[in-house]
Amino acid sequence: MSIKEKEQEIIDEFALYDDWMDKYEYIIELGKDLPLIEAQYKTKDRLIKGCQSQVWLHADCKDNKMKFSADSDAIITKGIIALLIRVVNDESPADVATSEFKFIKEIGLQEHLSPTRSNGLVSMVKDMKLNALKAVK
Amino acid sequence: MDIQSIRSQFPILAEKIHGKPLVYFDNGATTQKPLSVIQRISDYYSKENANIHRGVHTLSQEATTAYENARNTIQKHIGAKENYEVLFTKGTTDGINLVAFSFGELLNAGDEIIISAMEHHSNIVPWQMLCERKGCKLRVIPMNEKGELELDQFDKLLSDKTKLVAVTHISNSLGTVNDVKYIIEKAHAIGAKVLIDGAQSIQHIQVNVQELDCDFYVFSGHKLFGPTGIGVLYGKEEILNQMPPYQGGGDMIKEVTFEKTTYNVLPHKFEAGTPNIAGGIGLGAAFEFLNSLDMKEVLKHEQELLDYATAELTKIEGIKFYGEAKEKTSVISFLIDGLHPYDVGTLLDKMGIAVRTGHHCTQPIMDQFCIPGTIRASFALYNTKEEIDVFIAALNRIIPMLKD
Ligand SMILES: Cc1ncc(COP(=O)(O)O)c(C=O)c1O
Repeated sequence: MSIKEKEQEIIDEFALYDDWMDKYEYIIELGKDLPLIEAQYKTKDRLIKGCQSQVWLHADCKDNKMKFSADSDAIITKGIIALLIRVVNDESPADVATSEFKFIKEIGLQEHLSPTRSNGLVSMVKDMKLNALKAVK
Repeated sequence: MDIQSIRSQFPILAEKIHGKPLVYFDNGATTQKPLSVIQRISDYYSKENANIHRGVHTLSQEATTAYENARNTIQKHIGAKENYEVLFTKGTTDGINLVAFSFGELLNAGDEIIISAMEHHSNIVPWQMLCERKGCKLRVIPMNEKGELELDQFDKLLSDKTKLVAVTHISNSLGTVNDVKYIIEKAHAIGAKVLIDGAQSIQHIQVNVQELDCDFYVFSGHKLFGPTGIGVLYGKEEILNQMPPYQGGGDMIKEVTFEKTTYNVLPHKFEAGTPNIAGGIGLGAAFEFLNSLDMKEVLKHEQELLDYATAELTKIEGIKFYGEAKEKTSVISFLIDGLHPYDVGTLLDKMGIAVRTGHHCTQPIMDQFCIPGTIRASFALYNTKEEIDVFIAALNRIIPMLKD
């Protein structure tokens, strides 16, 4: 599936919920399936400090495919990271580097990616792209 | 006190957030505005707008009168001796920076400034900058586990090197009401001046600066039902006159030549440039709103809310409160075991409830308690027990969602 198709799949999934609390129940569930960063990588240089919540991100590139793992102290943040990673994992560095994650807005979660929210997510998206850029051949 | 009639004066309280009635429990960050304030600002721009202190035309004179009347209203409310001891600023932060700069100019290397462990960043950083600039030393009054200042330690910090004590009247994170009267007396006894950060006070209690005998008192309009971008620095005339100006520009001068400029008298000396005229007039209206209330009744109502919310929250398993001082205003900071404040705040918002999460600009407090932040509910006079019930019900719905 391409990034676009995966984004559309998520948009369709979220269309099933019209109540905010149901939407968040689902995000919390997703947070539990996040590809967790291995303990050895949970280091200071992989920590993205927001003043509301913190995020750890680890990136790898094998066979021209990006692999991300992450963690956060807040579970909603984890759920949103899980969505972001689902979209870009196994994609080429070039595709990840240019990905705009527009689906987040479509499903009404853009507030979590607002720079003023300072939950570490904005910096994490930047780090994902930077890591992908470094891996572009 | 008729809460419903007070609520009806605040149009925003009828708003819906995500389809749910707004429950606004973030009054520590800023309060909502009554119609009288909104209307006053609108009237000013619709009928009176002109620059002040410099025009002979009618509008300019009317605007000047309105602005100066606001100053007089504030002077009376806070019990200042003279109206020119009430300086308009942008807010608490601005007022503290003014004092840190101008009073700071009178200090020398080795002089000491005392603050406390529960200060807002606004009452920490300007003093650190002053210390860098002048080679002064910052001392900190410690705080106990309940969130009360250890005043016996304060006594020990005082010395002939102490030139200024800057402490908050009421803590925005913990709700603690400090014994500022004691602090002022002790500081004065060794000849130090005292600045009180009143950002969280006047909306809850009646403050009288002459009774307190503080040298400076600062607050923000937006936290006491007034507009943003306007606040007050009260200072004693004698000290303000000793201090050099903060910013240069129009209004603050008596005479300007390229060789030498002489400065205007108080309050203009510290009010360079065209001020926030609408803000000042709006703040005057906010004080008139406060004057229409019985502050004892307000405090009683808010204490009831605090007691009720505390009792209801105590029933929640795994709850821990931060700030359990004997003297406390209507602020409740808490954490629920295993839950992150960001998650709780996000879900409460979806249910129409506005609380603050995070460190509340008081990182040293959070460090002392070894926590990243708290969930803070802060009440104002228009909040009700019914809203607290909604809040508690929302928490009881959220907790199982977030716990596995
Ligand atoms: C105790 C205290 N001091 C200072 C401030 C800063 O006020 P302002 O941001 O309005 O300048 C606040 C507001 O958050 C406060 O609660």
